[in-house]
Amino acid sequence: MTPPETITYPETATEVTTEATVDVETGHGTSVPVDTKALIQEVLDSYPEKSRKKREKHLNVYEEGKSDCGVKSNIKSLPGVMTTRGCAYAGSKGVVWGPIKDMIHISHGPVGCGYYSWSGRRNYYIGTTGIDTFGTMQFTSDFQERDIVFGGDKKLSKLIDELEELFPLNRGISIQSECPIGLIGDDIEAVARKKSKDTGKTVVPVRCEGFRGVSQSLGHHIANDTIRDWVFPKADKAQKDGTLAFEPGPYDVAIIGDYNIGGDAWSSRILLEEIGLRVVAQWSGDGTLQEMMLTPQVKLNLIHCYRSMNYISRHMEEAYGIPWLEYNFFGPTEIAASLRAIAAKFDETIQAKAEEVIARYQAQADAIIEKFGPRLQGKKVALMVGGLRPRHVVPAFKDLGMEIISTGYEFGHNDDYKRTTHYVEGGTLIYDDVTGYEFEEFVKALKPDLVASGIKEKYVFQKMALPFRQMHSWDYSGPYHGYDGFAIFARDMDLALNSPTWDLVKAPWKK
Amino acid sequence: MAQNVENIKDHATLFQEQEYQELFTNKKEFEGGHDPDEVARIAEWTKSWEYRDKNFAREALTVNPAKACQPLGAILAAVGFESTLPFVHGSQGCVAYFRSHFTRHFKEPFSAVSSSMTEDAAVFGGLNNMIDGLANAYALYKPKMIALCTTCMAEVIGDDLGAFISNSKEAGSVPKDFPVPYAHTPSFVGSHITGYDNMMKGILTNLTAGQKKETTNGKVNLIPGFETYIGNLREVKRMASLMGANYTLLGDNSDYLDSPNDGEYRMYQGGTKLDDAADAINAEATIALQAYSTSKTRDYITKEWGQKTSVSRPVGIRGTDEFLMALSELTGNPIPQELELERGRAVDAITDSQSWIHGKRIALYGDPDLVYGLVSFLLELGAEPVHIVVSNSNPEFEAELKALLDSSPYGKEATIWGGKDLWHMRSLLFTEPVDLLIGNSYGKYLWRDTKTPFVRIGYPIFDRHHLHRYATFGYQGTINLLNWIVNTLLDELDRNTIIPSKTDISYDLIR
Repeated sequence: MTPPETITYPETATEVTTEATVDVETGHGTSVPVDTKALIQEVLDSYPEKSRKKREKHLNVYEEGKSDCGVKSNIKSLPGVMTTRGCAYAGSKGVVWGPIKDMIHISHGPVGCGYYSWSGRRNYYIGTTGIDTFGTMQFTSDFQERDIVFGGDKKLSKLIDELEELFPLNRGISIQSECPIGLIGDDIEAVARKKSKDTGKTVVPVRCEGFRGVSQSLGHHIANDTIRDWVFPKADKAQKDGTLAFEPGPYDVAIIGDYNIGGDAWSSRILLEEIGLRVVAQWSGDGTLQEMMLTPQVKLNLIHCYRSMNYISRHMEEAYGIPWLEYNFFGPTEIAASLRAIAAKFDETIQAKAEEVIARYQAQADAIIEKFGPRLQGKKVALMVGGLRPRHVVPAFKDLGMEIISTGYEFGHNDDYKRTTHYVEGGTLIYDDVTGYEFEEFVKALKPDLVASGIKEKYVFQKMALPFRQMHSWDYSGPYHGYDGFAIFARDMDLALNSPTWDLVKAPWKK
Repeated sequence: MAQNVENIKDHATLFQEQEYQELFTNKKEFEGGHDPDEVARIAEWTKSWEYRDKNFAREALTVNPAKACQPLGAILAAVGFESTLPFVHGSQGCVAYFRSHFTRHFKEPFSAVSSSMTEDAAVFGGLNNMIDGLANAYALYKPKMIALCTTCMAEVIGDDLGAFISNSKEAGSVPKDFPVPYAHTPSFVGSHITGYDNMMKGILTNLTAGQKKETTNGKVNLIPGFETYIGNLREVKRMASLMGANYTLLGDNSDYLDSPNDGEYRMYQGGTKLDDAADAINAEATIALQAYSTSKTRDYITKEWGQKTSVSRPVGIRGTDEFLMALSELTGNPIPQELELERGRAVDAITDSQSWIHGKRIALYGDPDLVYGLVSFLLELGAEPVHIVVSNSNPEFEAELKALLDSSPYGKEATIWGGKDLWHMRSLLFTEPVDLLIGNSYGKYLWRDTKTPFVRIGYPIFDRHHLHRYATFGYQGTINLLNWIVNTLLDELDRNTIIPSKTDISYDLIR
């Protein structure tokens, strides 16, 4: 197997910093360096001994030049702490499978998981909901006690018949297992095979029970594997049969690992098309089953969220010889670098067009930076998100003159932390699977100007009068990808940081 | 290029631009979508009686249910007590979902921890997770009480919370006298309202053990139930104070879920004092403000505490009358003039608006107690409830609601659809249209599909701000409900009379 390809970033002549200090404004116009290594120790001291030992492996300060951020990752969360992590079901249904718009995704098990993940991620799509598109619906087998006792396979089988009757235009079905399914030993694979035969459609059983693995990350992997095992064989067969009508072209690519939050995949796709590529598939935001099935015929897979979809990209590389490239469409610097790297995989026509597109949009990006840069210059940001964002958004902030003082992943793996070294500077505080307690203490000590994390953290920090943006959901805004997205990103950071409401927090008689 | 720095377009307008519209059209080439005529034909068919019959014939499939699972209710009950940390024993994804769901509704932090059980715990049980988890939670978050409940995973593998707590205390996770009330809350039994009931009972059982005294403390206990209107808790407290009642609101989460922004984040805010909760066993009587989220708790209080319990829902004029009269009887205090004046004002408001509401056909859905209160109010207004969908219904509720409907000539048209979901509601709205739909945010999909004017009342409300801050209880809450209902009808009338020289004959200034 060839080593995974990523864009390599030219070494910049930045000063090498190894000191673990961050300057913190004191509120009196001066700044004092905070010893971040000491801060980590201080925060760890609150844990019981056993847990302290476990957590200390997940917290560190990045040292410039190292090939890794120096933290352990993808390990079980401590019980009893406030982790932001979700589960395998969330990774499969909520992230990977759920946005495939023309399939019905059954939340198989009790009612809750489907309910809480219903319309929660803003995976935008075009389609007639309930007729040929099912993205913002919640389909569940709503397990009752008797289903736990007697098993749910019969119910599942009947449920699929009912789906076929009521939603005849569905292109396929996925069965997203909730915790009890694996525990009671239901044979959803057998049901899937039988029903697929009956209906002639793709029925995919996904063993994404929430207790599997340590976070949603395993759910991504499991979901990828089911695409490999339950979708691609059908695609291969259909291609041989000639039932999958498609004329491959020299510039065919697929967008992998973009969930179209607020339309991200569209503001990415438009650039790829403008440089002359033909985007055949989008995974999985606004994607369809046929797009998935066509993907093994593309020339290059372009992966944005490496964490959630590197598995299927690697598989396509092995099985179909399709190379893949990790790209980053956050902020003009990285967008330009990525467009060039992508174009370099094709001929001079594409490369020339890429330069044209970059030049054309650079004017737009410059105007954005000119307007918002002065308002955001020098502001310090604390990041903590999932997927690709703890690293990929860093350059977008930098384009606006902002500085990342800390970052970490909810569910990153070692390879994520390696890739992060491209993006962060020495002295950056790194926290893996940060607990609520740690994050609050770090923020209190480091005093960032902006915290960029998720909904569960948002109001904690806003109560501290800290500007905040949700970097999972773009705080209901977006898209943030591509040049069009960067304009919105810049506007949103400005409106968060420079909101006049922060001056209202302290009552005047208390000032 | 879509973006102009002076007018940055986000998703709401960006994708209406021609270049994105073209992108959407071109993308269809690969989607494998259905013929638009076929989509339109099926869409029409789903509006038919034939489809409705098929839809109502389903037995295994649930689509868009208006219910969540038990632990959600359990942790809402838990945060109503002083410095209480909810701890959910099971896999960790559930807690991430609960926290997100509440945070999205209340726009407030919500703290809860999990024992983060994974595959090994599925095999060996979750005792070690609880021992470590309680120790960590106690050390880091310094609660005065930890309220334990389960997920479906812990229930399926049969973890015994009572025994586990004893073991954890033996192991030194928390002090022996530290309160750790618990409730088994399997997600495959009941719904979030059942979970509220189980946890409330668990907390009261724990805190009141050994607290029974010879004489009563002269107080009245009030239990809100699964209540998501902060305004209601405040309104109940205000009314009880005006009544001169010496009361304990058991599970008062209003400060927790509506904390001030003064620059400091406090994890625990307000809540019923543990001492007051412990003394609840010595009260004169207990009034529950919801029936179906408190049935086990009331049963326990009646049997174990030997206390008189009753249910009183202060919704609408009659509901509030009954609540105040019940308080008056228990306290021996007359209903004060201030409340009488408020009553008069609310009745006055109703008489002002009633003509716009009289005879209007209404569809509504939600939790049993919410629906009961609303139906009672609608009947007072002369509105006609037509379709009543309650996903988490039970026979007792249906009998109670039927009796209420039978008591009024305006209740004649009503059909109670217990155990049905919002996809059933969709068929009902298409085949037998109504003038107004009432329900939580998920109703917006029905609003879009059926164009039925829509009032958001219930839980969750994600897409409108601050509604949960208002009261729907009491005479003041009556005016709020009236306001939302009548003005939605008037908005609709304006919308239908807005086309110049065509429909705007009745586009009146004065209504």
